[in-house]
Amino acid sequence: MSVQSAVTRKPGGTPVPTTDGPRAGRSGGAWIRALFARRPSGINLAPVLLGLVVVCVGFQTANSNFLTPWNLTNLSLQVASVGVIAVGVVVILLLGEIDLSVAAISGFCGAVLGVLNVQLGWNAWLSIVVAVSVGIAIGTFQGTVVTYFRVPAFVITLAGLIGLQGWTLALFGDRTAINFDYDGDVAKLTATFLSPLAGWLIAIGATAALAYFTLAERARLKAAGLEHSDLRTQVLKLVGIAVGLGGAVAVFNRDRGVPLAVFIFVGIVVVMDYVVRQTRFGVRLLAIGGNAEAARRAGIPVQRIRIAAFAIGSGLAAFGGVLAASRLIAATTQSGAGDTLINAIAAAVIGGTSLFGGRGSVYSALVGILIIGSISNGMDLLALPSAAKFIITSMVLLLAVVVDAIAARGSRSQLRE
Amino acid sequence: MNALQSDPVLELVDIRKSYGPVNALRGVSLQLRPGEVHALVGDNGAGKSTLIKTITGVQPHDGGQILWRGEPMSFAGPRDAARRGISVVYQDLAVCGNLSVADNVFLGRESRHSGPLGSLLRRVDRTAMEQETLDLLRSLSVNLQKVRTPVEGLSGGQRQSVAIARALLGKPEVMLLDEPTAALSVAQTHEVLNLVRRLRDQGLAVVIVSHNLADVFAVSDVVTVLRLGQVAGRFDVRSSSQQEVVAAITGAEWGAGLPSLAEEPTTTEQELSR
Ligand SMILES: Nc1ncnc2c1ncn2[C@@H]1O[C@H](COP(=O)(O)OP(=O)(O)OP(=O)(O)O)[C@@H](O)[C@H]1O
Ligand SMILES: [Mg+2]
Repeated sequence: MSVQSAVTRKPGGTPVPTTDGPRAGRSGGAWIRALFARRPSGINLAPVLLGLVVVCVGFQTANSNFLTPWNLTNLSLQVASVGVIAVGVVVILLLGEIDLSVAAISGFCGAVLGVLNVQLGWNAWLSIVVAVSVGIAIGTFQGTVVTYFRVPAFVITLAGLIGLQGWTLALFGDRTAINFDYDGDVAKLTATFLSPLAGWLIAIGATAALAYFTLAERARLKAAGLEHSDLRTQVLKLVGIAVGLGGAVAVFNRDRGVPLAVFIFVGIVVVMDYVVRQTRFGVRLLAIGGNAEAARRAGIPVQRIRIAAFAIGSGLAAFGGVLAASRLIAATTQSGAGDTLINAIAAAVIGGTSLFGGRGSVYSALVGILIIGSISNGMDLLALPSAAKFIITSMVLLLAVVVDAIAARGSRSQLRE
Repeated sequence: MNALQSDPVLELVDIRKSYGPVNALRGVSLQLRPGEVHALVGDNGAGKSTLIKTITGVQPHDGGQILWRGEPMSFAGPRDAARRGISVVYQDLAVCGNLSVADNVFLGRESRHSGPLGSLLRRVDRTAMEQETLDLLRSLSVNLQKVRTPVEGLSGGQRQSVAIARALLGKPEVMLLDEPTAALSVAQTHEVLNLVRRLRDQGLAVVIVSHNLADVFAVSDVVTVLRLGQVAGRFDVRSSSQQEVVAAITGAEWGAGLPSLAEEPTTTEQELSR
């Protein structure tokens, strides 16, 4: 990091470094650099969020329907399913691998859900659990093959992609779609909206919990004499998050309320971010993505963690497939085909997760999919042809990948010397 | 210095190791004593790294004995060796550039929160890890305050310090350093050699592999020269010259045969690391 942290003196006399503190002497250039600096083993979301704002303002100027509560609610419902898949993609990218079969898994597991729930008449929730379990099993299998036979993941998951498309067609037989009950529980998953009060309670509860944990952590660090962030910055951040959450709930409540599917998606992001950054599994996942040989020598069970990551990625892909089926109220032979795969990977990369492993954040899936979803939704509003949509999405992805490659080259050459 | 009188903590007796047809080690014996720095020198391919690997069990030896406090012992792998008190820092630094200093020091041995935070939420205790990392680095007089920055932003010498701090975590009695200064600038080399002295002062038995005889003479007590998998000489640095060691490395009977090499240690170094 290029930014020098300020050092404050504790009464005891030992210097305690603090970070992010807005200090009088700091120049404007340093602020800008701080905004775009990479954070430890993570990413800095500021530039991506800035990109999102630019996209939104752009489309709002072109079409005033873009930023209406109704359209924003639809937009977030549209992105929830691919967003969940993108979370799984982030986990696998952090490991330093790639999974090209996630979209095919989502389609296949949607079809499994259809067969169980509609054709066999199983209970919706049981069917969902089984469909997601099938996804986890597929990921475990692919991860095992990649790990034990040391085959590049992209080959195995490419085979998986094609194979699963075949299995999906086989499940459908002569049909092209399985329709769910319009009023059934599967359909309700994406047709349920939380009451305005529930929305507010969630926003307030989440902010309170976050404030409690971050401030408690800060107090702990301070008591231990460790590097901790400046209180003003911390409070400012919390206020920012509170305003963001409150704003989102207010917008949703102007329409139909917070969509259950969106709540689940954001919940998955929060939980997976915790898993990646705060648990032993997460540290080891990042270690393998950063330097697999170092991780192995440190005694980390590299193979087990690799397989677990593939299982998580595929499980999330399967759940994304469930959400997609619910929103469409049908599983079709086209589910998970088309641009699902490219959008899921693009979301992760645009959000700032590196293709080279070990660097990124689960939140990149959230921000990335919002950018992709906004572009796609905005172009729909402007009635642009599909050709333009594909071309523009690909250009955004290209930009993100190039930025990632430059950043990765920078940090790798630093490590060489 | 009475290091030579104390009992060896680790003793290798007639260690043999072959990789297929290649006899990498052909009967090597060594004694490592607490508070002593033992340098291992030799030409490329002499078997230095292989010797280190046989000690930790990464490459099990085919013949000979390893005695740990006089008892025959063999280690199943680096983890087993570490449990018994033998730590290694490898030739190619095994750090994760994307992780913080503290996460690297605790890699594979992350502390977990006590109570429900740990058992239910399985949360890693970063405060404890960072604190202990700072203590470790301070005990080595390493000036590295920011234990939360990613290792890739550090200098080579600082990174080496992180690797050594990690090796120290299990309170080892023997520390094996394979070419710890190979990739470092003069100032950073100085820093790491000071670190080696501090390890010695803490009572560890230290093995240092190096191609740089100036470094070896600056920091070690005993030098063992390996040549083609055999011990080609053992020197007490206080009573030996670099010429004698060079002669043993190259296999010349006496140093007079190599006047230019003997007089110019930097040439020697280049010669050896080619
Ligand atoms: N894994 C292996 N498989 C086969 N041969 C090996 C292996 N590792 C080392 N060797 C051989 O064993 C011999 C000793 O190698 P070693 O790496 O121990 O040398 P070294 O003294 O550490 O050399 P350097 O100064 O280059 O690090 C060499 O001939 C080498 O080619
Ligand atoms: Mg070697």
